[in-house]
Amino acid sequence: MIKVEGLTKSFGRQAVLRELNLEVASGTITIVIGRSGGGKSVFLKHLIGLLQPDAGRIMVGGVEISRLSGRALDEVRRTYGVVFQSGALFDSMSCWDNVAFPLREKVRTPPDELAKRVEAALAQVGLEGVGGKYPAEISGGMRKRVAIARALVTEPGIIFFDEPTTGLDPVLVNTIHHLILDLHRRFRFTAVVVSHEIPEIFEIADTVAMLHEGRIVEVGPPAVIQASTNPVVRRFIRGEPENGRAAE
Amino acid sequence: MPERPLAPALRPFDAVGGWTIGVVESLGRFGVFFVEALAALATPPFKWRAFLDRINFIGYRSLLIIFLTGAFTGMVLGLQIYLTLVRFGSEAFLGPAVALSLIRELGPVLAALMVTGRAGSALTAELGIMRITEQIDALTVMALSPMRYLVAPSILAGLITFPLMTAIFDIVGIFGGYLVGVKLFGLSTGTYFGEMQTFVDMGDIMVGFWKSVSFGVIVTWVCTYKGFNVGHGAEGVARATTQAVVVSSVLILVWDYFLGSVLQ
Repeated sequence: MIKVEGLTKSFGRQAVLRELNLEVASGTITIVIGRSGGGKSVFLKHLIGLLQPDAGRIMVGGVEISRLSGRALDEVRRTYGVVFQSGALFDSMSCWDNVAFPLREKVRTPPDELAKRVEAALAQVGLEGVGGKYPAEISGGMRKRVAIARALVTEPGIIFFDEPTTGLDPVLVNTIHHLILDLHRRFRFTAVVVSHEIPEIFEIADTVAMLHEGRIVEVGPPAVIQASTNPVVRRFIRGEPENGRAAE
Repeated sequence: MPERPLAPALRPFDAVGGWTIGVVESLGRFGVFFVEALAALATPPFKWRAFLDRINFIGYRSLLIIFLTGAFTGMVLGLQIYLTLVRFGSEAFLGPAVALSLIRELGPVLAALMVTGRAGSALTAELGIMRITEQIDALTVMALSPMRYLVAPSILAGLITFPLMTAIFDIVGIFGGYLVGVKLFGLSTGTYFGEMQTFVDMGDIMVGFWKSVSFGVIVTWVCTYKGFNVGHGAEGVARATTQAVVVSSVLILVWDYFLGSVLQ
């Protein structure tokens, strides 16, 4: 379980997260939604230990990670897989080597087993036969799938997805969402997804949390969020501009 | 509690204070970055593959530019020094004059400046792009140290390749001087090389060696630091690359003066 209590973060005088609270149950898909620039990626960076909070704490499996650093934090990160917004594939490596990299460097897997696991991971995301290509030679959707294969290959307990469908066409958005759902059913990892793909995310989420102005303003199953009476949530789901923002 | 606005007369002091704190903080981060790189070098596992890749990137791929600049630097030196010495009837000292200029001073400095322009800028741009495309973050969240994979191998490769590049620059430059002095102006080969053996000793070679070693560390340290701490987007990478080349070049010349004073 991931438990976030009173998470607060400012950059200079700009408060980005304000006493944010959220619980993510093990083995579920939790999707954090919210407007662009609302602090979703900053929140995710705290969960994966790239940022440290000004106040509050983050518990992962009973360990408070918000004050950890160095090897202690690395031990927690070994249970993570992360799919970055841009994919963050290593340009200098083929797709096959990208997927093999964490196995080679993190887990020190023997070569025979490594090859099997890489092939299996690429097959799970529907990319058999493209391992020899470099990230620059494949499409945006394929890059996202290679990134998912790389996150999946070490069989982590928790996978974080930072806007995994940004920049993709509607068909690919659907494909990636169903891939996440399919992989989740097979491997039962805990998934934390940051997204603003409405309404597609309601099909795959167990829990949806709405982040607005640095706080979680509503959290619950998709049906509850869709029926919410909170004006902020309603406006976001319907894609209505906020007061004073319509002219932007 | 809201901050009280500062009296207008105090604002310049506030600005200078803020700037000073910013500079000291930057220097602190720069120093900590180097200590972290040294710690990554001193503790296993050492990333041999990344290190050999950096040797190739910084050293081998700079060979052509080192050959070209070394040859023409030696030829210019040969020409200018010969035309000066011939006025005093001392053209026999052309060989040692060219060799000493190259070995003690011009070889380490010019080779370092050339490698900075070719490999240092590329190193900053590569790391900068890795930073803005989250590849460095990806390494971090895999619990793999970017210092160990990206920075430490570059600094060690700089420490090894810069003296080698300098040695090649010196040798090619001396032959450039030979072409002008012996083949163009008719000085004898024996005079050119014989006097060189008389006047150039191991101390001169060590001056050039220590300079090139320190330049290797300075350039790779500055260039990896700038790439690691790049701003946003393509503009951030471009600015970091320019800063890396400018700072490295200035530091090479400043450090050359200080080291030249100490290692006389």
